[in-house]
Amino acid sequence: MATGIRDKVAILGMGCSRFGERWEDSADDLMVEAFVEALADAGIEKHRIDAAWFGTGIEEQHVGKSAVPLSMALRLQNIPVTRVENYCASGTEAFRGAVYAVASGACDIALAQGVEKLKDTGYGGLPQRTRGTANDLYWPNVSAPGSFAQLASAYRAKHGIDAGDLKRAMAHISVKSHDNGARNPKAHLRKRISMDQVLDAPIVAEPLGLFDCCGVSDGSAAAIVTTPEIARSLGKTDLITVKALQLAVSSGTEAQHNSWDGSYFQTTRAAAARAYNEAGIDNPRNSVSLFEVHDCFSVTELVTMEDLFISPEGGAIRDVMDGFYDADGAVPCQIDGGLKCFGHPIGASGLRMIYEMYLQMQGRAGDRQRQKEPSIGLTHNLGGFPHQNVCSITIVGREGA
Amino acid sequence: METGLIAYGAYLPVRRLQREVAAQTHAWFNPGLKALARGERAIANWDEDAVTMALEAARNCLDGQDRAALRALWLASTSLPFRDRLNAGIVGDALVLDASVMALDVASSQRAGTTALMAALRGDGPALVVASDRRAAKAGSPQEMTYGDGAAAFLVGRGDLLARLVGAHSETVDFVDHYRGQDGEFDYAWEERWIRDEGHLKIAPRAITALLQATGTDAASIARFCYPAAGRGIGAGIARICGLPESALADTLQSGIGETGAAHPLLMLAHALESAEPGDRILVAGFGQGCDALLFQATDAVRARRAAGVAAQIGKGRADDNYARFVTLNGLLTVEHGIRAELDKGTALSNHWRNKDMTQRMTGGHCTACGTDQFPKARICVNPECGAVDTQRDEGFSHKIGKLNSFTADRLTYSPDPPAYYGMVEFASGGRLMCDFTDIDAADPPQVGMAMRMVFRVKDHDTRRGFRRYFWKAMPATREET
Repeated sequence: MATGIRDKVAILGMGCSRFGERWEDSADDLMVEAFVEALADAGIEKHRIDAAWFGTGIEEQHVGKSAVPLSMALRLQNIPVTRVENYCASGTEAFRGAVYAVASGACDIALAQGVEKLKDTGYGGLPQRTRGTANDLYWPNVSAPGSFAQLASAYRAKHGIDAGDLKRAMAHISVKSHDNGARNPKAHLRKRISMDQVLDAPIVAEPLGLFDCCGVSDGSAAAIVTTPEIARSLGKTDLITVKALQLAVSSGTEAQHNSWDGSYFQTTRAAAARAYNEAGIDNPRNSVSLFEVHDCFSVTELVTMEDLFISPEGGAIRDVMDGFYDADGAVPCQIDGGLKCFGHPIGASGLRMIYEMYLQMQGRAGDRQRQKEPSIGLTHNLGGFPHQNVCSITIVGREGA
Repeated sequence: METGLIAYGAYLPVRRLQREVAAQTHAWFNPGLKALARGERAIANWDEDAVTMALEAARNCLDGQDRAALRALWLASTSLPFRDRLNAGIVGDALVLDASVMALDVASSQRAGTTALMAALRGDGPALVVASDRRAAKAGSPQEMTYGDGAAAFLVGRGDLLARLVGAHSETVDFVDHYRGQDGEFDYAWEERWIRDEGHLKIAPRAITALLQATGTDAASIARFCYPAAGRGIGAGIARICGLPESALADTLQSGIGETGAAHPLLMLAHALESAEPGDRILVAGFGQGCDALLFQATDAVRARRAAGVAAQIGKGRADDNYARFVTLNGLLTVEHGIRAELDKGTALSNHWRNKDMTQRMTGGHCTACGTDQFPKARICVNPECGAVDTQRDEGFSHKIGKLNSFTADRLTYSPDPPAYYGMVEFASGGRLMCDFTDIDAADPPQVGMAMRMVFRVKDHDTRRGFRRYFWKAMPATREET
């Protein structure tokens, strides 16, 4: 009987580059920036790292294939390095690989690092690319906003929600995240925005306007993990441990079987249920102190808060408008600014979310530090499209929490 | 047993370019275009070509007919998308016709439609004749004003005829009124008055008179005369020479549709049949390096009117005064499409073949273990309660009416005609897919729950290699289609 990952692995150190349009820097520069911070935070020599996992999504736009780019950029001397790609969950997949390696006893200390250098495409938004030779024959030329925008039409139809009410709740989500991002020196977008700005912005994909969409940026983030025992032996106290690591992947039900209505994420619900079970959480609305969810689009965040069983189904609009998820609300969501303000360098995003949890739980989050230090944090990535995707959920928290 | 017409069908693209806007645009250079500026013409969407329009006309024609009985498929056009690949083969495949059906492209003349019809009527079994044209014309040319895009289809053979063939006559004369050379994009045409006087008015009467004499038909007994010439007075001139009643002259559809090339005589014939009475003698002619003339007589069955026939499609036209869009989609203007449009649309032909039934026939699967329909067909059933392996038989989806589950209008992704409308369409018997929509009216946007039907369109143009791949797209279905 599987016992799960709870408290078996601790975070030894983390680093995160500044996210943004890093015109002057290469992917290697970004990786080194995050790694140097993580290594210093961990307080170890580089040679103590036994293995590494490297997450990146659209490698043809920057480093190319394989794990070699990470190994060469960091000069990791012939240790095992694995490259992982799983849509927007790629960063979290790297973390999962490193954490599982430590938990298995295969290595003492492991590195998870993600990077993406997306701003060499010549246009805004994610790179347009092939979806595979067979898929290209029949898939629509879907963009990320175009696929996620469809949540809105199905969600409205299912719950009988007025277009304006949904649009305003979506706008509140973006305004809230910009408020948070303005306080984060590593965020890409650091300007506050108003409700009117969001509501009046040009439409990207109906009904998503410009400010309903997260930015695209360059960035890297890294985590060094080990066992709680080794962490303590290295002088660490008040450990942040991994409570749950779950992944749920579409089987084709949403895309091809008529049991899914298009208004929610089937994978998020499956991954969340397993994650709470693994972490021993019965009532997540009361137990989780912070969320960093995959707010690629405002409507994704809104729906996700229901799929994580925090807001009741059809009730997220009310929680959003009540300020439940604001930085000073009951349970902040995207207290670092989220994808909305960090942008979404695919391989780095999952690790960037864990980085914020790690800072907040140590009281190191600067201007945006939550007054009462959080004890349990959940991060969530959703890669692909609402109708076929990869969902990853990570729960981290204080040891013993 | 007599041969003749068993069924007819037509397809007209929904958009109608207002000729006035084209004439105004070019008035600085050619004020003479004003003479052609009245009315509107049917214009194909970016994802339509002679093949896709032919298929829609064929589907319209074969509604309720037995496709399994077909022995031959003739596709007539002067604007076929492939010069060496059987275009009729694409139409037949999308119709899911048996491989034993003989298929043939008939091209190179405006007469292709009538000649194909004549040849098919002389054949040995039920045949489908489809004529379809989307002719290119230079911006600011008279052709741009007078041409129209469209297709017509006839099921011919023996049996339950709605019109029997009385006779047919063909004359071949190498009269070059216009031509398009091997590498020519556009027609090169000579003076219209000369074409009228030396061409139409001399060649067509010879063919018509020969036909009337051979069949012992009194010219005055002709109820309808279909002559597809855009030029004013040409049909009337021929009627006068041949002694056909002035009242028999059929509407050329020039005011609302334009001349649809090789399809036009067949389109006019289909239109005439829609209002014909039993016993009516209908004469149709096609002109181009000679003249074909065919004489039909309507039977009692002609009274079975089609709901979605030519007149209905003429009535459903959507006025379009966006001339910039028209010239852009026809490649007449060098437009900045952005870096996103640079994505290589190359097709691996081996992969195309492997997936041909899925893409061209829209064949999905039906699980014989649990009864779930699904698209695409797969080795393992998608029903989470089933999961049976290798239990699926072919299930066609192209005829099904779906329900719209979710959609968007995407202004970020590359589309030749933004916004790109797409979404999830679900079929009541099982199966769904995320697919492109086409011919969406921005003034009447899609709504969740609305009925959608599937149409065969160009999915992608591979401009680097001259290939185009086809797939099915969804569009709102009318009440009579559901």
